[in-house]
Amino acid sequence: MSIVTVQLGQCGNQIGFEVFDALFSDSHCPQGLCSKRENEAYQASCKERFFSEEENGVPIARAVLVDMEPKVINQTLSKAAHSGRWNYGQHSCFCQKQGSGNNWAYGYSVHGPRHEESIMNLIQKEVEKCDSLNGFFIIMSMAGGTGSGLGAFATQNLQDQYSNSLKMNQIIWPYGTGEVIVQNYNSILTLSHLYRSSDALLVHENDAVHKICAKLMNIKQISFRDINQVLAHQLGSVFQPTYSEEGSFHYRRNPLGIDWQVRPPLSGLPTRGKMSLNKEFHFNTSIANLVILRGKDVHSAELGAFKDPALYTSWLEPVHAFSVWKTQRAFSKYEKSAALVSNSQFLVKPLDTIVGKAWNMFASKAYIHQYTKFGIEEEDFLDSFTLLEQVIASYCNLGF
Amino acid sequence: MTQSVVLQVGQCGNQIGCCFWGLALREHAAVNQKAIYDEAISSFFRNVDTRVVGDGGSISKGKICSLKARAVLIDMEEGVVNEILQGPLRDVFDSKQLITDISGSGNNWAVGHKVFGSLYQEQILEKLRKSAEHCDCLQCFFIIHSMGGGTGSGLGTFLLKVLEDEFPEVYRFVTSIYPSGEDDVITSPYNSMLAMKELNEHADCVLPIDNQSLFDIISKIDLMVNSGKLGTAIKPKSLVTSSAGAFKKRQEKPFDAMNNIVANLLLNLTSSARFEGSLNMDLNEISMNLVPFPQLHYLVSSLTPLYTLADVNIPSRRLDQMFSDAFSKDHQLIRADPKHSLYLACALMVRGNVQISDLRRNIERLKPSLRFVSWNQEGWKTSLCSVPPVGHSHSLLALANNTCVKPTFIELRERFTRLYRKRAHLHHYLQIEGMEESCFTEALSSLSALIQEYNQLDATKSMPAEELPRLSVAV
Repeated sequence: MSIVTVQLGQCGNQIGFEVFDALFSDSHCPQGLCSKRENEAYQASCKERFFSEEENGVPIARAVLVDMEPKVINQTLSKAAHSGRWNYGQHSCFCQKQGSGNNWAYGYSVHGPRHEESIMNLIQKEVEKCDSLNGFFIIMSMAGGTGSGLGAFATQNLQDQYSNSLKMNQIIWPYGTGEVIVQNYNSILTLSHLYRSSDALLVHENDAVHKICAKLMNIKQISFRDINQVLAHQLGSVFQPTYSEEGSFHYRRNPLGIDWQVRPPLSGLPTRGKMSLNKEFHFNTSIANLVILRGKDVHSAELGAFKDPALYTSWLEPVHAFSVWKTQRAFSKYEKSAALVSNSQFLVKPLDTIVGKAWNMFASKAYIHQYTKFGIEEEDFLDSFTLLEQVIASYCNLGF
Repeated sequence: MTQSVVLQVGQCGNQIGCCFWGLALREHAAVNQKAIYDEAISSFFRNVDTRVVGDGGSISKGKICSLKARAVLIDMEEGVVNEILQGPLRDVFDSKQLITDISGSGNNWAVGHKVFGSLYQEQILEKLRKSAEHCDCLQCFFIIHSMGGGTGSGLGTFLLKVLEDEFPEVYRFVTSIYPSGEDDVITSPYNSMLAMKELNEHADCVLPIDNQSLFDIISKIDLMVNSGKLGTAIKPKSLVTSSAGAFKKRQEKPFDAMNNIVANLLLNLTSSARFEGSLNMDLNEISMNLVPFPQLHYLVSSLTPLYTLADVNIPSRRLDQMFSDAFSKDHQLIRADPKHSLYLACALMVRGNVQISDLRRNIERLKPSLRFVSWNQEGWKTSLCSVPPVGHSHSLLALANNTCVKPTFIELRERFTRLYRKRAHLHHYLQIEGMEESCFTEALSSLSALIQEYNQLDATKSMPAEELPRLSVAV
C-alpha cells in the first residue's frame, strides 16, 4: 500500500525532503517502545508506503520532484544523497530553466500544458513501481507560481488519469504579512481549482508553525529549515503506519483514505440568512476529527471529550464524525504522542482574510495585467471568488 | 538557470558597466573557489576556449577556461570603450561585441536616437542576436545608461524598442542615471524628457538613480572613515564604493566610487536568482510583484550596509539597523523619502546569514511607520539568499514602488519647461531628420500623465481604506 509524493516548487521540494527524512528517521528509531516483531512490521509498512528498494540497499523515496528552475531541486537531491541513508530516484525529477515568476497564470496555463506529458510520465513510472497504490500526496505552496499554478494543473491531471486513486494536497498557507505580493491572488486561484479536483486539502499555515517554533520550541533565529522540520514532524505523526480498528497486526490504515468529503443532508438543513462572520462562535464546529495516538498507554487513553456533541455540527452524530487510531509503537522517540487532524471551521477566518484581501486588490485591478497576459481573465478570478465565498458560507453554516 | 545580457550604452553606461564586471568577477571568485564553470557564473559569463578560432569556443561545463562577459558595449565615442579594452578587464570582453563610432552624440538625444539609431540598427540587431544565441535560456536584458547625455540617453532608449520587437519575451531592466540639479550639460532636461517617454513605453522596469544621491552617500562614508569616530578600521572590500580585491592595478577614478554603488545594486538584484537560498527570487518575480500597473514601473532602490566594521559587533542589533537604514532617505539611490510617501509595493532582498524570523521581526517593526496603498496593505515581497556579498556577513537591497519618485519627475518637467519656453537650443534637435516639435510635446504629455497617476495615488493616502462589499452567495 504505497503513496506517491509529488513535490512542487521551492516550498514543495524543501518540505518534501524534510518529510522523507522524518519518516525514515522515525522508522529506523530503535526505541519503538514495543516488541521487536511489532517494530519490524512498522518499519516494513513505512518502507513499503514511502520507499522502494534499490540494488545497493539504499531506500529510494517514492517521489517525483518538479520545479521550473533548477536550484532547489539540485539542493534537495544533494542533501538526500549526502545523508547516505535514503535517496531520491535518479530519474525522478523534472526541471526547467526559468521559473514561474510567482505568476499562477504562468504556472497553470504555460508550464502546465507544456510539460504535462513529461510530468505525468514520471508519475506513471513511480506508480508502476508500487504493488498497490494508496494514492497521491502533493506538496505545494499557494503563494508562488509553480507550486500553486502548476500544482493545480497537475492535480487536475491526476484526477483525470487516476480517478480511482485518492489525492491529498498539502498546502502551505503563506505568512499574513507577505512573502509574495500577489500571494492572495495565487491563493484564491489555487484553492478554487483544487476544490474541484482534490480529495483533501491538508493545510499548514506558516504563521502558525512559526509561532510553534517561537513559543513552544523557543528557537531564537527561526529559519525555513526549522519551520519545515516542524511540519514534517506533524505529517510524520499522521502518515506513519497505524493499526486498523480490527486490531490485527497489519498496518493497514490509509491516511489518505479518511472520508474527508462530507456533505450535509439534502433535506432537513435549517435555512439561515447570510450570517456575519463577526458573530462570536462558542465552539469551533467540526464535521470530522481524527485523533492518532502513539506510544505507551494508548489503549487506556480517555477520549470522551472528543465525543462531545457540542463540538460537532447539529446534523452529525459524534460517532460518525470522530475516529481514533491507536498504535503502541512510539513515534520519533516520544514516549507518548498525539496528533489531531480536523475538518472544522478553524480555517474559515484565514480563508476569509485571504479572500477579503484578494477581493480588495481585485477591485483596484492591480496586477491583473500580469495574469491576463497568460490567459487568466477577470471571469476566472470571479469564478474563484464565487466558489470560495460558497465554501466560507458552507463552513459558517455548520455552527447551527 | 537563466542568463542575462548587459547592454552598456554611452560614457556613463560603460563606466558603470566596467565596474560591474570587475565586481561580478570578484564576487564569483569568492564563492566559486574551485574555478568550476557552474550555473551561477553562467548567468553573466560565458566559458570560452580561447584557442578555438571563431564561434565554436563555448564550453558549458567543467573548469573555467576563459570567462567572457555577456555584454554588448555601445558608445558613439571611442574614448571610454578603448580604455576598457586596454585596461585590466580587456580579456573579459568579447572584442566583437562592441559598437563604436568616433564623433559622439554631442549631448543630443536626437543624434543618439535618430541618427545613430538608424545607422547602427542592423549592427545592433546582429550583436544582440549573437549574444542571445550564446544563451541557453535568456531571461533579461540589463540596460545601463544616463538620461542627460546623447548616446546613453538617445541610442540607449532606441535600443529598448529594438529589444521589445526582437525579443518580446525577454525582460528589459533599465538602470538610468538621472541628471542632478547642478548638471553641467545644458540640454540634459531635453534629453531626459525625450528618454522618459521611451522608458514609459518600452521598459519593463526602471531603476532611477541620481548622481547627487550617490555623491552624498560617498561623502557620508568618507566622513565616517576619516572622522575617527569608528574605533577600528573598516573592512576595505566591504565598502559599497570600493573596488578592493577586484583588480590590483586599477587606480580609483573620481566616479569609480559612485559607479561601484550602482554595480553593487545590480549584483544584489540578481543574487537570489544566481545563488541558492531558502526563499529564492527570480528576476521575473521582480516585475510580477512590484509592477501593479504597466506604466508604474519605476523602482526606488536602497542598499545597506554601506560598509562593515572590521571587528565583530553585536550581530542582531546590526541586523535590525540594516533594515532601518534601508528605509531612511539617506540610503536611497535617488532623492526620495519613501517613508513620507505612499508605497505601492516593496521588495526586500536579503543576502547572507539572515533567517525568516529576522525578516519578519523587522517588517513588523517598520510597518507602522510606512504607508501602503489601501489595496496592498501587506505588499511585501521578500527573498533570502544564502550567499552574502564580498566583505559582508549580510546585506539588504530594498526596492520600492513608491510615489516618492514623483518629485524627481516634477523637477525634470520644470527644468524642461524652463528651457522649452525660451526655445533654447531647440534648433539642434529640430534640425535632425525625424525630429519635430511633436516629439517634445508628446514626451511632455507622457510624463505629465505619469505624474498625474502618482498624484491620484497620493490623494488616496489620507482617505480611509474602503471596505468593498463582498460577493454574496446562496448556500
